[in-house]
Order: sequence, then C-alpha cells, then structure tokens
Amino acid sequence: MSLLDTPIWEVIKGSFAPDIWVRLVPAIGETLYMTLLSSIIMLVFGLLLGILLTVTNPDGLVPMKILYTGSGWVINSLRSLPQMIMIILMIPVARLFFGKSYGTNACIISIAASCIPMYARIVESSLLEISKGKIEAAKSIGSTNFQIIFRILLPETLPSLIRGFTVAVIAVISMTALAGMFGAGGIGDIAVRFGYQRFQHDVLFASVYVLIVLVQLVQWIGNFTSKQILKKRNLI
Amino acid sequence: MGVMDNYIQISGVHKTFRTHSGPLQVLKGIDLTVHKGEIFGIIGFSGAGKSTLARCINRLEAPDSGSIKVGGVEILNLSKKQLLQERKKIGMIFQTFNLFEAKTVYHNISYPLEISRIPKSEIRKRVLETAELVGLSDKLNAYPGGLSGGQKQRVGIARALVNRPNLLLSDLLKEINRATGITILMITHELDAIRYTCDRMAVLEDGKIIEVGSVREIFSNPLSRTGALFAKVFTEFQRVTEYENGGGI
Repeated sequence: MSLLDTPIWEVIKGSFAPDIWVRLVPAIGETLYMTLLSSIIMLVFGLLLGILLTVTNPDGLVPMKILYTGSGWVINSLRSLPQMIMIILMIPVARLFFGKSYGTNACIISIAASCIPMYARIVESSLLEISKGKIEAAKSIGSTNFQIIFRILLPETLPSLIRGFTVAVIAVISMTALAGMFGAGGIGDIAVRFGYQRFQHDVLFASVYVLIVLVQLVQWIGNFTSKQILKKRNLI
Repeated sequence: MGVMDNYIQISGVHKTFRTHSGPLQVLKGIDLTVHKGEIFGIIGFSGAGKSTLARCINRLEAPDSGSIKVGGVEILNLSKKQLLQERKKIGMIFQTFNLFEAKTVYHNISYPLEISRIPKSEIRKRVLETAELVGLSDKLNAYPGGLSGGQKQRVGIARALVNRPNLLLSDLLKEINRATGITILMITHELDAIRYTCDRMAVLEDGKIIEVGSVREIFSNPLSRTGALFAKVFTEFQRVTEYENGGGI
C-alpha cells in the first residue's frame, strides 16, 4: 500500500495487517538485540570515560590536565562526526572483529563507537552534579579515591546517571534505525527497504509505531526507576 | 606542661588562593597550640580564614608553608597512604552536614568503619553505640533526605565520632557531647558556642591569630579590636532573651 495511490486512512488501517507484522517481528528482535548489546557496551565504556573526565578535571579528585584536555579533545572530535560517517569509518574495525563489515554484530561496533563519546559527556555532567561537600566529607573520613568514586560519587548521582542513560539508549535506538541502511537489519532496515525503496507506506507506518512504543517504554522505565530511587531517599 | 600536652602544634602556616582577581592571602603565618583533651574555639568574622585553617589540619587544603603537628605527627609530610590513616583519627563535622544521601543513617555512620576493613559485627556494635550517643537509634533506617536539620547534624556528628577519633574539627557547632579525652577544635562565629563549651579560644582576624587565651579572659578583657567587638556583641546578645544564634554577625 502506498500513499501515492491510497488514502492515508487506508494506509494506517493496512499497517495493522498480520502479514506486515509477521515480517516486522524478527526485525524487532534484531533491533532489540542491537540496542541491548550496544547499550551495554556504551554503558561500560561511557561510564569509564565519564569517570575519567570527572576525576581528571582541574577541580576533580586527581587533576591531570593533559589527560583531561586530551580525552576531552578526542571525545569532541568523535562527537563531531555524523553518525553515518562513523558507521562507514567503523567498517574496517568491524571486519577486524567479525571478519565481515555488514550484519547486526558489525553494526553494534559502530553504534557503540558513535554513542560512547556522547554518553561519556552525559555521565560527566551527571557526576559533576555532586556537591563538593560530600566529596570533602568522604575525604575527611580517609576514603581513597577509588572508594570515593565507587562508594560515594556513583551512588550519590545514580538517579541522574539513570536519566542520562535513558537519553543515551534512545539515541542508540535511533542509531540502530540508521544502521539498518548499512545491512544491520532491524526495524530501520525494514523501513528503508519497504517504506522508502518500495513505497510500501503501510510497512513504514508499522515500523514507526514500533519505534515510538520502544522509545516511550525506555523513557518510562528510566523516569520510573530514577523517581523510585529519589523517593526511597526521601529527596522528592 | 609536657610535650604530649600540646596535641596540635601549628606554626608559620601560610595559605594563598589564586582567584580571578589575583592572589588572595587567607592565612598569614598562623601559630597555635592546642592541648590534649581541650575544647578550643577559633572565632573570627566570616572570611577571616577559620575554615581554611581547619581544613589545613586534615590537609583537605595544603598550606603553602609552615608546619602542622597533630599528636606529634607532621601532617604536611605524610605520604598519601599515611594521610588517609591519619584522617581516620581526625573527625570533621561540617556546617552543611554533607551527608551521603544515597545511604541510610546507619550506612552514613558505618561508612567510615566500612572503609577501614573492620569486621561486620564490630561495625554494627559501634554504629548502634554511636547512634545511641547522639540519640538517633530510631532513625537508623531513614535516609538523610527525610531528617530535620538538627537530626542531620547529629548524623554528621555520629559519622565523625564513630571512628573514635582523637581530634574533632567542627564547624559551627552548638551542642557537642564531650566524649572522653577527645580534643576538639571548634571553628565558629557563634559566640555562645564558644562561651559555653570551650576551654580556650583564639581570635582570628584577616589570616592572623590576634589573640589567644582562656575564654573568660578574652571575653572579660579583650586586647584586640575584633576580640573586643565579639565580647561587646556577646554582652549585647546576652540581654536579648530569645536569641538563638549569632547568625547576624
């Protein structure tokens, strides 16, 4: 069904046809798989980088100007690359890891590479929210820097970290759709192949529903968790 | 008076901060001796350098020059590792509480012990003891977010005391339970805090100690302008029956 020859209401109605969803279900699986894996990789490396940025900050726990400026510069450079170019740049890297430059796994690398720098900045801004007094109190008690980071800094800023992670996961989802154009499969792939190349707008609409629901769900989970934590701590 | 009686020995401490508007000399050669087991008050107007001085004692701030000995140990020469150990013996109570909002009252108090690899049963015993001391036994499972200002302050006190420190640095603290033999250095502009709790005091003005002596001496016969001002303000304040703190100074 195409918008070119069918009224929009018919297309919308058609987008709920079972044969479309039969095709869409495996694509949803692929998207979820890509989102999940990319998000985990992003979480690990983004957190580490974010902590590095916060700690080496001139006002941080272990001020290291060269490392701070250096990593900041690298992150800014990576962030200035449009996601599509990042995917292309990561093709050789993916080939190194998986022996091929296309497919779901290969694209996970480029998605993670593109989202890690962004997430690192989000982590940094969350971690900088902590009041200096808390760090000082922890220091006065005799905490090592390691203890301050893992027992004070991260737990104290957890609600904000969760909200930031939510934003980043949503960016990952949108990125999986783009990666679909480069042979990653998933909903983006379906939307491009059917909705764009074959004018099957009913399929396009169905993909859009899935993406909307997915993003809403992620946002809701993020808001809910961070709110629950704040409530538990009696902060709201 | 033996050498050991001088628990804190500060001499020639200088500290300059770099600010946007040029260097700011906050401590201009501080010399001070505090005896063991004494409650010593440092009074001065806001900006006189009180907090900086306190923060130098556990090296939250590194002085530019001088010497600070606590219990015979030169704080400024300690290695990083030794410093962490030494800090565990110096409790610090903050004006703004600085409690850990992610931890319950219990875990706020137990944190100093947890990072010292003390067995769990011992931690529990000491936390309960300390909480009892400050009257927080029924709030152990609460989060600081739900506490009143006074309760928060007591959590801060408990957190500073649980390690059984030899020295307590405290910012602006009115009601302090004198624990056995602990030396307390109180930094404040609250007159009644010093008047009623301290043995001796020093008046800090513009980065210098301008007067040291017993509290009675200074209040009755102040030598310095600031000391006189504080003494005058204090007698004024005493006339006001409902005065609660010296926040207006």
